[in-house]
Amino acid sequence: MKKLIDYTKILRSKNAGPLFITFDLIFNTKEDMEYVEQRLKKSDISRAYGVSEEKIDIISYGVVNSIKITFPRKNISGSLADNDIYGCQQHIPLANIII
Amino acid sequence: MKIVALNGLLGYGYSEEALNIAFSEKVDYIGVDAGSTDPGPYYLGSGKSFTDRGAVKRDLSLALPKALEHKAPFIIGTAGGAGSSEHVEWLKEILLEIAKEKNLHFKLGTVLSDVSTEYVLEKFDSGKLIDMSSEFSANKSTIKESARIVSQIGIAPIIELLKKDVDIIVCGRACDTAIYAAPCIYEGYKHGLAFHMAKIMECGAMCSEPVAAADVMQAYMYDDCFELRPANPIRKCTVDRVAAHTLYEQSNPYLIFEPDGVCDLTNSRFEQIDERTVRVSGSVFHEAEEKTLKIEGVRCAGYRTISPATIYDPKTIENFDFITDAVTEFVKENTKKTMSDDSYKIFFKTSGGKESSMGVIIDVVGKTQEIADTVCALVRSRMLHCDYEGRKSTAGNLAFPFSPSDIHVGEVYEFSVFHLAKVDSLMETAEIMIEEV
Repeated sequence: MKKLIDYTKILRSKNAGPLFITFDLIFNTKEDMEYVEQRLKKSDISRAYGVSEEKIDIISYGVVNSIKITFPRKNISGSLADNDIYGCQQHIPLANIII
Repeated sequence: MKIVALNGLLGYGYSEEALNIAFSEKVDYIGVDAGSTDPGPYYLGSGKSFTDRGAVKRDLSLALPKALEHKAPFIIGTAGGAGSSEHVEWLKEILLEIAKEKNLHFKLGTVLSDVSTEYVLEKFDSGKLIDMSSEFSANKSTIKESARIVSQIGIAPIIELLKKDVDIIVCGRACDTAIYAAPCIYEGYKHGLAFHMAKIMECGAMCSEPVAAADVMQAYMYDDCFELRPANPIRKCTVDRVAAHTLYEQSNPYLIFEPDGVCDLTNSRFEQIDERTVRVSGSVFHEAEEKTLKIEGVRCAGYRTISPATIYDPKTIENFDFITDAVTEFVKENTKKTMSDDSYKIFFKTSGGKESSMGVIIDVVGKTQEIADTVCALVRSRMLHCDYEGRKSTAGNLAFPFSPSDIHVGEVYEFSVFHLAKVDSLMETAEIMIEEV
């Protein structure tokens, strides 16, 4: 059993504007990208972040062997309960998903 | 046509040698992005910049004489970090200071893009304010509470100023892409290529290796493609870097949404034409039927006092939820005669906890600074001495790294508006001025 992060060259999170969080998964090879693409389930992401499946967008970007995941932030950037203004430390629950 | 990006953010610095190399051949336009919403809502609310004045002055004072010498219009987007009229004033003051010191003269164009609460309410009432996220709906009362609201202008106001032969353009809140796309579109280049180039250039040398937001980038525009080459000889553009750039901070790597329409990268091609240069072609633009401007507003949510501490005792960490509940109840009881429940909010912002230690920031936001101070002091002292079952470390629960332990953070802002407004004209929020310096 390998974690998602073990398949990636780069795995990062960042705000896509203050209302959305976006994750970039960049792979060394097309094969790695496709392997993950076929196995990564919205239900896993939904469970890891407590966000409903229909709000999760997954887009493959084959030009650079990458997958992008975006969903709305529950606590938008800078709201009183927010803990990560730039959103750049939100990737760990995703990284730990078992593929 | 050659266009130069000074760096990814005015005030982040760049190599002077790289700037000299960029200007060793004819430069037609130069631009720099000077702001972002990344650092959060505070800066728009307070009218302050998150960039340092000295660093901004340094970045401008080297580039300004070069731009004037080359007669290359210099376009600065989102002045002062957040782009309200106050931020624009701040940047203009720095510009004028440099002009005086170096005896420079130029025609200065300014675009203000502030909007009033009435403007946003009118959009809301007429159904022209569109939510961008399901988690953030437009709300009349928060719109009304807004301290400052700005609109993100697109290319139109910048083109208006270029037509009037200005040397320097200082923009209020502007789309990052507008800085670089506007001159290309003004010169007749294709929208698709102009916006794609602009999306990459606005981050400076981020699309090169070694990666750096803090360095000079160059683009060469042609009828059917554009080429990117970093000015600094230590860096190179690679196909992977350039192609990967549209992933960064974007919700969709194929589509770049603009006030005028959408730039479509589905059929973009990337070619390495020499060791340091990448050619891009095939990007197209679809004009939107309905034009929109992004509206950003903030409201003051209160005043903050915090107290950071660490807990090392595993038994205390285990009882953390019990302690915070007890503390919250204690504060409620102790303040019931002096303040209402809704005049403050308590947050415990934690990190770690399961292994060796837990960091906790007691975070109190009150309607006034006095309320925040009082509540934070009560929470801190009660939490320090709160008893729990099986407690052996009865001298105290918290390790404070500082004296004083409580820190006044001051006013707190939250986004009150972050929506798209349908507009009749992409100029409707722009206020243009021209002056001779």
